Amino acid sequence: MCVRVRLFASYREAAGTNCLETPLPQGATVSDLIDQLALSLPALKKAPGMVAVNHTYVQPDFELHDGDEAALIPPVSGGS
Amino acid sequence: MFKIVEGPIEDVALEDNVRTDADGAIIVFRGVARRFSRGRDVVHLEYEAYPEMAEKVMAQIGDEMKARWPISGVAIVHRTGVLEIGQASVAIAVAAPHRGEAFEAAQYAIDRLKEIVPIWKKEVWSDGSQWIGWEHEKSDH
Repeated sequence: MCVRVRLFASYREAAGTNCLETPLPQGATVSDLIDQLALSLPALKKAPGMVAVNHTYVQPDFELHDGDEAALIPPVSGGS
Repeated sequence: MFKIVEGPIEDVALEDNVRTDADGAIIVFRGVARRFSRGRDVVHLEYEAYPEMAEKVMAQIGDEMKARWPISGVAIVHRTGVLEIGQASVAIAVAAPHRGEAFEAAQYAIDRLKEIVPIWKKEVWSDGSQWIGWEHEKSDH
């Protein structure tokens, strides 16, 4: 299956892109996705933020499905 | 009204959006870009959002506020892009029959926004820049 990954702020700059298509085995979880992305994006392991799937925050054991949009959320800092 | 916008928000008429005839108080909070942060001289700020999700989470905060306080209206608008010193990054308006709940709900809105809404701030200094996460903000305020 394939998951679309959106990247923001420090993660986006580290990856050099704001969007990735990541192939994953069936039954893969958010934790599996992070492990795979961290191979080429060590910043993910250093500063773990939250993960949202289809615009909702989820836990690491959340199971992904084909076509899901996962977003890597560095610690947020809106406001001023 | 829960919106991410790219242009200035100083002139957005939030009061009209939240007020009803039952209200005796309207609180409007604006967060503005300040020059000094953690001992550094800020040239400007850059805000980035995950707009589709940010608007949903801001609406969720509005629901949380209405569940906790007897307020009649809430609006939250956040700006993205480059902000000069003194420009508003966020505006929150709360209308309620009485001022106590309006003040409390507005305080909750900005605290909660900084906690869970996917928006990021980059401080740009004359000699560098850094994305600011909540762990920095907590130690600073």
